[in-house]
Amino acid sequence: MATDYHEAVACKSQLPHIKSALGLTRPDYTTGIADWLTTVDHKKIGMLYAACALFFFLVGGIEALVIRLQLIIPNNHLISAQLYNQLFTMHGTTMIFLGVMPLSAAFFNYIMPLQIGARDVAFPRLNAFSFWVFLAGALVLNLSWFFQLAETFGWFIPVDGKTDIVPAVGWFAYSPLTSVQFSGVGTDFWLLGIQILGVASLAASFNFIVTIINMRAPGLTMMRLPLFTWMTLVTGVLIIFAFPAITIALLELMFDRFFETNFFHVEKGGQPILWQHLFWIFGHPEVYILILPGMGIISEIIPTASRKPLYGYPLIVFSGAVIGFMGFTVWSHHMFTTGLGKVATAAFSLLTMGIAVPTGVKILNWIGTLWGGRIRFSVPMVFSLGFIWMFMLGGMSGIMHSAAPADAQQQDSYFVVAHFHYVLVGGLLLSLLAGIYYWVPKVFGRMMNQKLGYWVAGMVIVGFNVTFFPMHYLGLAGMPRRTHTYWSGFGWELWNPVATVGAFVLGIGILLCFIDVVRTVIKGKPCGSDPWDARTLEWSLPSPVPAYNFAAMPVVQGRDAWWLHKHEAGEEARLTYEPIDPHGIHMPSQSWWPPFGGLGFLVFGISMCMHGAGVVFAGYGVIVGLSIVVFTILCWALEGPGGYYIKPAALHAEAGAMGETQSSSEFKG
Amino acid sequence: METTASLSLPEPAHAHAHTSSGIENKKLIMWLFLASDCMFFGTLITTHLIYRKLYPSGATEEGILNITQTFNIELTSFSTFILLMSSFLMAIAVSAMHKGELKSFRRNVLGVIFFGFIFLGCQVFEFTEFVHGNPELGVPPMTLSNSVFGSTFFVLTGTHGTHVAIGVLWLIGLFFYSFSGRMTRDSALDVEICGLYWHFVDIVWIIIFTVVYLVEYL
Ligand code: HEM
Ligand SMILES: [Cu+2]
Repeated sequence: MATDYHEAVACKSQLPHIKSALGLTRPDYTTGIADWLTTVDHKKIGMLYAACALFFFLVGGIEALVIRLQLIIPNNHLISAQLYNQLFTMHGTTMIFLGVMPLSAAFFNYIMPLQIGARDVAFPRLNAFSFWVFLAGALVLNLSWFFQLAETFGWFIPVDGKTDIVPAVGWFAYSPLTSVQFSGVGTDFWLLGIQILGVASLAASFNFIVTIINMRAPGLTMMRLPLFTWMTLVTGVLIIFAFPAITIALLELMFDRFFETNFFHVEKGGQPILWQHLFWIFGHPEVYILILPGMGIISEIIPTASRKPLYGYPLIVFSGAVIGFMGFTVWSHHMFTTGLGKVATAAFSLLTMGIAVPTGVKILNWIGTLWGGRIRFSVPMVFSLGFIWMFMLGGMSGIMHSAAPADAQQQDSYFVVAHFHYVLVGGLLLSLLAGIYYWVPKVFGRMMNQKLGYWVAGMVIVGFNVTFFPMHYLGLAGMPRRTHTYWSGFGWELWNPVATVGAFVLGIGILLCFIDVVRTVIKGKPCGSDPWDARTLEWSLPSPVPAYNFAAMPVVQGRDAWWLHKHEAGEEARLTYEPIDPHGIHMPSQSWWPPFGGLGFLVFGISMCMHGAGVVFAGYGVIVGLSIVVFTILCWALEGPGGYYIKPAALHAEAGAMGETQSSSEFKG
Repeated sequence: METTASLSLPEPAHAHAHTSSGIENKKLIMWLFLASDCMFFGTLITTHLIYRKLYPSGATEEGILNITQTFNIELTSFSTFILLMSSFLMAIAVSAMHKGELKSFRRNVLGVIFFGFIFLGCQVFEFTEFVHGNPELGVPPMTLSNSVFGSTFFVLTGTHGTHVAIGVLWLIGLFFYSFSGRMTRDSALDVEICGLYWHFVDIVWIIIFTVVYLVEYL
C-alpha cells in the first residue's frame, strides 16, 4: 500500500522489509551491491556517474593516444585506415557523451541539490533511471569493440560483409556515409547508442530543471542561486530543446537503414545536407551543453579562492542565459563550405561573432573577481586560472572560424581540431579537473594530494599546449583532419611528433589525477567539512554528506549564504534553520525498476544492431527489450514512490549544534 | 480542494510537498516534456515541409505518387473530429476526478479510450490503403520507400500515432487503477497530467492535419 510508510529509524539498515503496492519488497534496507543498484540517492547516483565518466575518459584517452602514435611519423602503418577511422569516431563520441557529459551530470547530481538546500532531486527514481539508461547507451556503443574482436577471429560475420563493426563515421556521422551502402553495423551501434544516451540526458534534464525551479530552500531566490546551479539550469534547458533535433535525425537515419526510407538516400531524392542541419542544430547547442557546467564550476572556485564575491553576478547569469539562447542561432557556422548562399552565410557569420560577446563578458567577470582579491593558489584555483587562459585562446580561434572566408581555409583542417580542443580540453577538461579537486573533499571527507595536484596541473597544461598549439600551425599549413597518414615533404614532420609527445604528457597527468582520486577515496587524509573556506551551502554540511543532506532546512539570507554566515557581521547575516520535524526526515524508497529499465534499453540496443547485422532471431530481442522497458514503466508507476523516515544523528544531539562545522585551516594555504 | 459528499477517495499519506514555484513537480515536468516534444514534432514537420517544397510531386519523378488521390480526406477529417471530441471528454474526466466523482471519471475516460481507438483504427486503415493504392482507380501505392513524401509522411504521422497509442495505454492504466481503491486525491493530479499530454497530442494533430493533409488541396 502506498500509505504504508516505514517507521523512523536512525539507520536504514534497521528498516523492516515493507512491501510495495505491487507486493514486492522495497530494497530500502539493502547494503552492498544491491544498494548501489537500487539507490535513488542523488549523491550515490552522482558517484556512479563519476565512476563511469572517469572510466570512459581513460578509454577515450587510450584511443586518442593510439591516434597520436599513428601520426607520429609520415607514412606510418601502425594501424589500418579503418581502425584509425574507428578510433577517432569513438574517441570523439566517447569523450563527449561518455566522459564530459556524465562527469558534468555527476556534479549536477551531487552538488546541485546541496547548493539549493534540497533533500534530493524532484524525481529520485527517474534520476536513477537516467543513470542506468546512460550506462546502457554507453555499453551499446562500446560493446561494438567486442563484436569487432569476434569478427577478427571470424566468430561474427555481418551479412552485408562490411567489417566496420565499431562505428567509423566520425562523431557527426555525415550522410550519405551512414547509409547502408557505405557503412556497416558500426553505424547502427553509433545511432542506437546515441539515441539511448539521448533518453538518459533528456530524463535527467527534466529532473534537474524541476528540482531547481521547485525545490529551493526558503529564501533562495533565483538571483541568489549559486552560479553552478544556474549553469545546471541553463544546460538542462539547452538539452531539452537541442536533443530532440538529433533524436529525430537519428530516427530518420534509423528508418533509412532499417526500413529503406529515403530521408538521406540521394538517388530517391533524400538530401544529405538535411542531416548536417539537423545534426548541428543539436551539435552547436551541444558544445555549450558541454562548456556551461565547466563555467559554472570555475565560477564557484574563483570567488572562493579570491575570497571575494563573484564580480557582476547578474551579468554572468545573464550572459550564461544569452549564450544558451544564441547557441541555437549559429549552427550553420559548421557548414560554411557547403554553399548556403551569401545571405545565410553572412548572417551565421555575424551571429557567430555575436556569441563571442557574452562569452567574453564572462571572462571579464572572472578577471574582475580576481582583481583585488586575496588570491590563494590552491589546486582547484590553478586549474581554474588555466581554464580562463586556455579557453580564451580557444574562443579566439573560434572567432577566426566565424569569418566565413577564413573558415573556408580552416574547415576540416587541424586548425579546427586545435580550436575545439582548446575549448574542450584546455577549457572544459581543466574545469572538470578543478571540480574534482574542489569537491572530492566534500564527497569523501578526504583531501586529495595537493602536491601531486600541482604536478598534475602543470603536466596537463603543459602537455595540452604542446599537443594542440602546433595543430594551429599544422592546420594552416594544410594538414587535413581525420587523415590516416601523411607523406613527408609537406612541412608536417616536425609538429606531429611534438604533438604526440605532448599527448603522452597530458595523458599521464590525467591518469595521475584519476589514480589519486582512487587513492583518496580509500585512504586520503581526512579533512574538515569546509577546507576551502567556501561560500555555498554544500560546505555547511558535514563531509561526507549524510544520506538526508540537511537535518533541518536552511533559510537562506543572501547570495553566498555560507560565506555571509561565517564572515559577515550582524545577526541578519547568520544562516537560520527551520524547525526540525520530530517525525524524522522523509526519504524516498529505493527501487529495482530503474536498473531493470536500463537493462531493457541495453537489450533493445544490442538486438537492433544484431538485427542490422542479420543475426537470426535478433528481431525478437528487440521486442523483448522494448517489452522490458514498458513493463518497467508499468511496475514503476504501480510501485509508487514509497518512502521512509530517518532520524538524523543531529536529532538525538542538540538541535542547536546544527550547521556547526569543524572548519580546518590546514589546506587553506 | 473542496470536499464534496461524493468524495470517497482516501487522503494521501503525506501532504503535498510545498514547491518554490507553487507548481507541482509532476505538472512542471510534464510541461517541460511537452516543450521538448514540440521540438520533436517541429523537426519532423520541418523535414516533411522541406521535402514537400523540394519535390512538387512528392517524389523525384512525376507519376510515382498522386497525393490527393491517395489521401482519403473525408476519413481523416472524421478521425480528426473524433480526436478533438476525445479531448473534450478528457477535460470532463479531469474535472470529474478533481471533484472526486470516480464513476463519472471512469465513464469519460472510457469514452476517451474508445475515441482513441477509433482514431488509431482509422490511421491503420488509412496506412494500409495508402500502401496498397488502388490499381482499379489508378491510384499508385505510397510506401515508406517508394518516395520521399512516403517516408516523411509515414514517419511523421506514425510518430504521432505512437503518441496516441501511448496515451491510450496510459488511460487504460488509469481506468483500471481506479478500481484498485488506491486512488487518492493525489491521483487527480496524475489524471490532469495525462490530460495535458492528451490535449497536446491532439493539438499536434491539428497542425499535422493542416500542414500535411489540408495544404495538399490548396
Ligand atoms: C567564442 C565562441 C566560439 C566561436 C565563435 C566558435 C566558432 C566555431 C566555428 C565557426 C566552428 C566551425 C569550424 C569549422 O568546422 O570550420 C567551430 C567548431 C567547433 N567548436 Fe567552436 N566556437 C566557439 C566556442 C566553442 C566552445 C565553447 C566549444 C565547446 C566547448 C566549441 C566546440 C567546437 C567544436 C567541438 C567544433 C568542431 C566540431 C567538428 O567539426 O567536429 N566551440 N567553432
Ligand atoms: Cu558551433
